[in-house]
Amino acid sequence: MTNTETLTGASVGTWALDAVHSNVGFEVKYLVGNFRGQFRDIDGQLVVNDDGRAALEGSARVASVDVKDEMLAGHLQSPDFFDAERFPEITFRSGGIDVASGEIRAQGEITIKGVTKAVEISGTITPPSPDAYGKQRIGAVLSATVDRTDFGVNWNAPLPGGDQALGDEVTINAELFFTRSD
Amino acid sequence: MTKILGISGSLRRDSYNTRLLEAAVQLLPEGVELELFDGLKEIPPYDEDDDVDPAPDHVARLRETIAGADAVFIATPEYNSSIPGQLKNALDWASRPLMTNSMRFKPVAVAGASTGAFGAVWSQGELRKVLAAMGARVVEAEVAVGHAPARFDGDGQLVDDDIREQLAELIQVLLAAVAERREAPTQPVAA
Repeated sequence: MTNTETLTGASVGTWALDAVHSNVGFEVKYLVGNFRGQFRDIDGQLVVNDDGRAALEGSARVASVDVKDEMLAGHLQSPDFFDAERFPEITFRSGGIDVASGEIRAQGEITIKGVTKAVEISGTITPPSPDAYGKQRIGAVLSATVDRTDFGVNWNAPLPGGDQALGDEVTINAELFFTRSD
Repeated sequence: MTKILGISGSLRRDSYNTRLLEAAVQLLPEGVELELFDGLKEIPPYDEDDDVDPAPDHVARLRETIAGADAVFIATPEYNSSIPGQLKNALDWASRPLMTNSMRFKPVAVAGASTGAFGAVWSQGELRKVLAAMGARVVEAEVAVGHAPARFDGDGQLVDDDIREQLAELIQVLLAAVAERREAPTQPVAA
């Protein structure tokens, strides 16, 4: 058995997101730099098939958006941005992740504010590794870039020079910890 | 019964914006009522030192009246290219505390009347911005009543059919937003 086959065999099965250690955040140009936020309430799972290809599903509760100012968090939840009442979750799914290669380059679907769009994700994924508590873990670091206006997240503010305050392009970054759940 | 709270941004007795809201009352479908808020003038100036629990009486009444309504319909004049101070002041009170304010996710319609040609469009734009910042669900349709003295007769009745039609459409869009909110209830959103 080759090393790759060993890795694949050990990873086959269902892996649940360890939401405490994982992080799903976003980054967007604002004025003179990048502004970052994250979602505290997230969920997800990774299902690795016999052929070593994995499917990833995840969701984030919009109401759990976490930034350093409560007023801003309130605005981000409002219809001006994510509209948490009408669209309480952001969801993501992707198949075709080659776990054994250690690299992720896959097509997925992301739904924000009720709009579903194809998105390309890239990143890295680890082989299963035992933690200190007798559990196997897989880690993944992913990113994807979307145009927020494709999803109806259109808020902006004009600047004196004629530019807009907030960028359209948003990078979604996820650092995910999974533990075996089957 | 669906309750719409009407707020006229003008305090004047013979206000065209108040008349516009009164005209809207006549266009309401069965099962819908529009109550005009009559306490705008009594709202004290916003002062964070006074923004305590319990809130000042007139502020508490404003917040409770908004909370008890399914939707809000604001008709605003335009003062110096913007929102009348007393209306903005009332909204500043209503917006607090932001995460639980009574306007949050509430469907809100905006219209405006002015004696000039443009029907308070700048004021309406600013009002939309303020309401959106509060977290309200501001509906897309708009009614801009320019040359207001020509649109109402001596008894204050709306006599312009085009405006009446636009007003009816705005009410329809507002009620659709109310229906959508009722039909798809989601968990309350809080911090």
